[in-house]
Amino acid sequence: MNGGSGEKGSGHPAQPGRRRFLGDLARTACGVGVLGLGLGLHASRANALPAAAIRPPGALPEAEFLAACTRCGLCVRGCPYDVLKLAGLLDEAPAGTPYFVARTEPCVMCEDIPCVPVCPTGALDHALTDIHEARMGLAVVVDHEACIAFQGLRCEVCFNICPVRGKAITLDLQHNARSGKHALFIPVVHSADCTGCGLCEKACILEEAAIKVLPMRLAKGELGHHYRLGWEQKAEHGGSLVTPDQQHRYNLPEGVRYEHGGRGLIIDEGAESPYSDNPLDTLNRGLEPDR
Amino acid sequence: MSGGGKTGLTATLNRGWWQTRKWLVLRRVSQLGILGLFLLGPLAGVRIIDGNLSSSLLLDTVPMTDPLLFLQMLVAGFLVPAGTAVLGAALVMGFYLLVGGRVFCSWVCPVNLVTDAAGWLRLRLDLHGGINLARSTRYWMLALVLLLALATGSLAYELVNPVSLLHRGIIFGLGSAAFVALALFLFDLFVARRGWCGHLCPMGAFYGLVGAVSPVRVRADQRAACDDCMECFVVCPEPQVIRPALKGAEAGRGPVILAGECTNCGRCIEVCPQEVFAFGLRYPNRERGQGSETRSSPGLSKGAAT
Repeated sequence: MNGGSGEKGSGHPAQPGRRRFLGDLARTACGVGVLGLGLGLHASRANALPAAAIRPPGALPEAEFLAACTRCGLCVRGCPYDVLKLAGLLDEAPAGTPYFVARTEPCVMCEDIPCVPVCPTGALDHALTDIHEARMGLAVVVDHEACIAFQGLRCEVCFNICPVRGKAITLDLQHNARSGKHALFIPVVHSADCTGCGLCEKACILEEAAIKVLPMRLAKGELGHHYRLGWEQKAEHGGSLVTPDQQHRYNLPEGVRYEHGGRGLIIDEGAESPYSDNPLDTLNRGLEPDR
Repeated sequence: MSGGGKTGLTATLNRGWWQTRKWLVLRRVSQLGILGLFLLGPLAGVRIIDGNLSSSLLLDTVPMTDPLLFLQMLVAGFLVPAGTAVLGAALVMGFYLLVGGRVFCSWVCPVNLVTDAAGWLRLRLDLHGGINLARSTRYWMLALVLLLALATGSLAYELVNPVSLLHRGIIFGLGSAAFVALALFLFDLFVARRGWCGHLCPMGAFYGLVGAVSPVRVRADQRAACDDCMECFVVCPEPQVIRPALKGAEAGRGPVILAGECTNCGRCIEVCPQEVFAFGLRYPNRERGQGSETRSSPGLSKGAAT
């Protein structure tokens, strides 16, 4: 205990008391400061949510969410299907925050979204009233090698289970070049409609799901903001913004032809590969100085 | 100081078991009752109060939010919380402004059960020593908590806050709560006497500031009767708050325990053989003497009492 009492009782000069007081002050400040530094570092690490942990519907972007969530668990209690978990001290998610793991227990997509309005702070945004507007994450077909649709086998479980059926996941019918006579039913996820509920990941028949719900920050790329897509600009403005369209010229590697009858790219028999051993050859094509 | 075993003995002989443990029992009933109400939902399906001490919803209508948590939220940059949280924080704040901030600590907080157990065992085993922390450390901790929220933009302290970790752990059945309780127990038992609640807890510091202005206080109106048995100092978790009120007559101090650190636990009231203390209001706070002999000199009234 810091002693101010000795100073008060005796009529002596305040020097020793003051010195001790200042000493105590410095000691306490340093101790708490070191503690704070440790805590701050711990917080910055602990706030990195693991990729498998998906936030409930309506959750604010992670940084804001961590400022807004009181860790009360009312959303967990509000969920009638025990989907949401509250992170414990030893879990990877920041202690006390709600999350679910799609592979084990995906969001059921309740029409009335009972977990959202009970959130006292709005960490789960009360403006979300249509579950189809939720963006908990984004389903991604992460492994084309394991997904049996890519092998030409029929599965379509993810497509069929999807609550935004036919919109969030569509089947892209492709020619099966291996057999030459079958079709591939390739699942394709569309971010405009996928809610990230994870029902597809749960339903995936593989030992380890080939389609996974990833948090948006991992699932989405982002185009350079200066980028303009020519055809969109053209549609917007009713015509090309630059010089009139030039006659299209094929710019194909040597030994490659294009067949319009449906066969597409054809690599000539003689050529082992259309690509040179030296990647610079491809990059410099057409730039050879005139001799 | 006398050993823990004898504390309250004289008072018990004078006034019986119940009168000397009334507030303690009521306090335990309150602490366990609140825990029980929270647990009724998950265990028995009776939903009276949902959530935990961080935020909760009583009977599906009354929201409550920990005001310090709310403050951290604002500092962390979340400036537009839903109205529920604002109302909830205001309700809780208003309640503790009225009854004494650290009523939370002694009547509600589950950590108090742990630290009181450690404190009790410390007395029983006659354990001494450990590190000395300044009582003011908690205010540094409070500043730290807010600074962390500001610096990280998140409720960083909530990652390690033992109070919410323990309560949440009990309510939601997270096993890690046991470690938290054990760590606090051992800390208070061996490392620092009344170390957590009395020196470190930033929530206690916050509620201490709230309680500094609250009207409900422990008063030592009969302080002239004090025979220096020291029992109140032994049982009090914040003994430093007693002295100004109990011994301040000559210095012109009133008989009200004004310090916000007082938890209004009422232990001093019941163990005092001379019945010096009682719950009361902040005002009036001046020497009253006894009964009609107001303003009588301390010496006289003391003589009358003994």
